[in-house]
Amino acid sequence: MNYIETDGVKIVLRNFGKIDPLKVEEYVARGGYESLKKALTAMTPEAVIEEVKASGLRGRGGAGFPTGLKWSFTKKDADQKYIVCNADEGEPGTAKDRLIMTGDPHGLIEGMAIAGYAIGATKGFIYCRGEYTTSINTLNHAINQARENGFLGENLFGTDFTFNLEVRSGAGAYVCGEETALIESIEGHRGMPRFKPPFPGGAGLWGKPTVVNNVETLANVPVILDKGADWYKSIGTEKSAGTKIFILCGNLRNTGALELPFGMTVREVMETYGGGLLTGRDLQMVHLGGAASGIMPPALIDTPLTYEDLQAVGQGLGSGVILAIDDQKDFMSYICSNTHFFEHESCGKCTPCREGTARINEILHRIAAGDGTLEDLDNLKDLGEMMQISALCGLGQAAPTPVLTSLEHFMDKYVEAVSGKKNEVNEEAVATEAIHKSYYEAAPIKLD
Amino acid sequence: MINLTIDGKQVQAESGMTILQAAKANGIEIPTFCYDPALSKAGACRICVVEVEGARLLAAACVAPIYEGMVVHTNSEKVQKSRRINLELLWANHNQDCLTCEKAGECKLQELCYKYGVTESRFEGKKRNLPIFDDNPFYIRDYNKCINCGKCIRACQEIQINETYDFVDRGFNTHPDTAYRVDLMAKESPCVFCGNCVAVCPTGALTSKINRGTFRTWEVEKKVKTTCTYCGCGCGLELNVIGNKVVRVTPDLSGTTPNEHGALCTKGRFGFDFINREDRLTNPLIKENGKFRKASWEEALDLIASKLKGIADVNGGNSLMFLSSARTTNEENYLMQKLSRAVFKTNNVDHCARL
Ligand SMILES: Cc1cc2nc3c(=O)[nH]c(=O)nc-3n(C[C@H](O)[C@H](O)[C@H](O)COP(=O)(O)O)c2cc1C
Ligand code: SF4
Ligand code: SF4
Ligand code: SF4
Repeated sequence: MNYIETDGVKIVLRNFGKIDPLKVEEYVARGGYESLKKALTAMTPEAVIEEVKASGLRGRGGAGFPTGLKWSFTKKDADQKYIVCNADEGEPGTAKDRLIMTGDPHGLIEGMAIAGYAIGATKGFIYCRGEYTTSINTLNHAINQARENGFLGENLFGTDFTFNLEVRSGAGAYVCGEETALIESIEGHRGMPRFKPPFPGGAGLWGKPTVVNNVETLANVPVILDKGADWYKSIGTEKSAGTKIFILCGNLRNTGALELPFGMTVREVMETYGGGLLTGRDLQMVHLGGAASGIMPPALIDTPLTYEDLQAVGQGLGSGVILAIDDQKDFMSYICSNTHFFEHESCGKCTPCREGTARINEILHRIAAGDGTLEDLDNLKDLGEMMQISALCGLGQAAPTPVLTSLEHFMDKYVEAVSGKKNEVNEEAVATEAIHKSYYEAAPIKLD
Repeated sequence: MINLTIDGKQVQAESGMTILQAAKANGIEIPTFCYDPALSKAGACRICVVEVEGARLLAAACVAPIYEGMVVHTNSEKVQKSRRINLELLWANHNQDCLTCEKAGECKLQELCYKYGVTESRFEGKKRNLPIFDDNPFYIRDYNKCINCGKCIRACQEIQINETYDFVDRGFNTHPDTAYRVDLMAKESPCVFCGNCVAVCPTGALTSKINRGTFRTWEVEKKVKTTCTYCGCGCGLELNVIGNKVVRVTPDLSGTTPNEHGALCTKGRFGFDFINREDRLTNPLIKENGKFRKASWEEALDLIASKLKGIADVNGGNSLMFLSSARTTNEENYLMQKLSRAVFKTNNVDHCARL
């Protein structure tokens, strides 16, 4: 994975490349586990939650939910609670959590222990993408070291707080990144989401109150306690505090992951760190945030990369992936590879998504092959809008977003495609897992 | 009590109820596929979606809890549109074989398509295309008609406390099947053919093989409530009758029988063909000179009484042995031991269920 160095402030990647991730003493030498000690010996759980709330930290798993608020919603009385780290990282093109897990595993472990203390959980699980064998091995190694050094286990820092961690491995389903499907998977069931409410904070893993947070979210926590909420809030923008790992991929000169404060525009990031497009190419679109996010037309690339600015233009930050697509890529082939992905990843539990993702993909292929009609476009819109409000989980609700946003911004391409002009779909480009391939080939991201 | 508004009507409902329950309690029906009061909730079919003011998404009424001041629309334009598309999606992935379907007339998919005016689907294309599983004497599985409500899976797990099915495959190809997809008769299959899965299936995906192709559901003239005679549990049955012939057995769902949720076993549900068989005994037979002849109940009972009495008079009560049957009621078995102990003064009495 290509890591792009920047001059700015680093939070979650502060130790990346600077320490040997397999040596806990190197993490400790850079102030590691001091925040955990501070939380346990000098702060109440409520004070930790207040600090995280005040920092403005929002979930980095895609939805951007305020982390402190989520923690405070955890049901108070329970004989057992859990903190679960979502390390499934299934979003195509996304390889940010892996940098943390392989480059600074103790940063995550410390964040989880602090979160456990804050919500009253004595046990944590890290649910890691199954293909990430290096991450899994690194985490297990780090957990053992943390236990041997008194950073995990019983009576931490002489207090009565006990915290243990376990790594669980996924088996390749994108939907298992959805928090309730993830919980089902840890419990040993088929990875299918649960209806909400109850939310995990009320009844999660084995029915116990559970907080699910993304790797990057949790990795921020030790730094927030160390430097304080005010310092953290001073980075980024008012509503998007701190930094974010962005992943540049697609048709850029330079691809890779980098940590930046919130607030630069899409264009600035692509040009400053991505080196821009190849000579002679024009930008066709940007697919920002992952497969389930909106398709961004060139007209919107001056939008700052913040939760609020993107939302204002009907877009989303998602996982932070920035996929640039130039004018050489066939529009319909790209959309088809996306709809294929969702048909492939639907878990099959609810009707709108199980049937809907397949029909959207079918209609798109028909259009791409030149056999579509104007009616098909209306049907896509009807079906997509129905899925957005009727599907059970975020997968089915978000699956039509690329199609609906591209219908909004690229109607001319669709109309051209359905007006009799035969169009060849690149079948190979839409074959199983093709969306993964198209991202990974464009960006030098290899699964470890 | 919670105050809420459903379809413009101010209503009250108990705290902890779902929208579906609150609506039902106030006389408002919301359609469902995957919901069954006897089973755990799935919230999966999304046909029961309703509009809740202030919410971005439609809510699945079967699982969404009510709250004070909630304003619900169960039949708004948005709701109807969602349900229609839902039905179009199901219909497009269905073999559309109502003409010969055993379930026609009682099929929930047919009923709702009719109700919502869905006569065809805009989303026709590929179909699931699975083989029909005809692998046992009791019921047929045709998942080309399955709508993945999951009720069969839950009925087996939660009513029969068996684990025959779960969903297999993913996405468009998802459907229920056995572990490792073994036949139901295979020794690895735990199925006991109780048919509780068949009973809850809303479509023609799971249908009985008994009397298949010989009647249509709407031809059933009457349903006679009775108690199953196979054992002492006393499950409530309804004998479905056409022209004095029992064509099928359905459970008594009145809630007043020991099989509260309509659970039956394989014998009670499928083993009724003896009722109308030619060779069924309908009166006592007395053997004379090596040949049976028909007799009246009075004559037969008199004969038994005189013979038993004769033996007891000569050899004593202990020369007799009384054996009763699990196919009779507890009361009848009680009377049998009374006959043995009080009348013939012997403890030689036993019961087949003890053997
Ligand atoms: C289909 C689907 C896939 C998801 N995949 C991931 C994932 O791979 N990693 C992740 O952290 N969150 C993922 N999420 C979001 C989680 O459900 C959840 O919101 C998140 O883990 C919460 O953590 P946060 O508050 O720290 O962001 C996914 C959501 C959906 C609907
Ligand atoms: S929306 Fe899709 S992934 Fe989510 S529960 Fe429904 S079928 Fe499964
Ligand atoms: S017949 Fe009974 S045991 Fe067999 S699958 Fe159906 S419910 Fe389970
Ligand atoms: S077979 Fe019948 S009960 Fe089972 S999931 Fe399909 S439609 Fe539902």
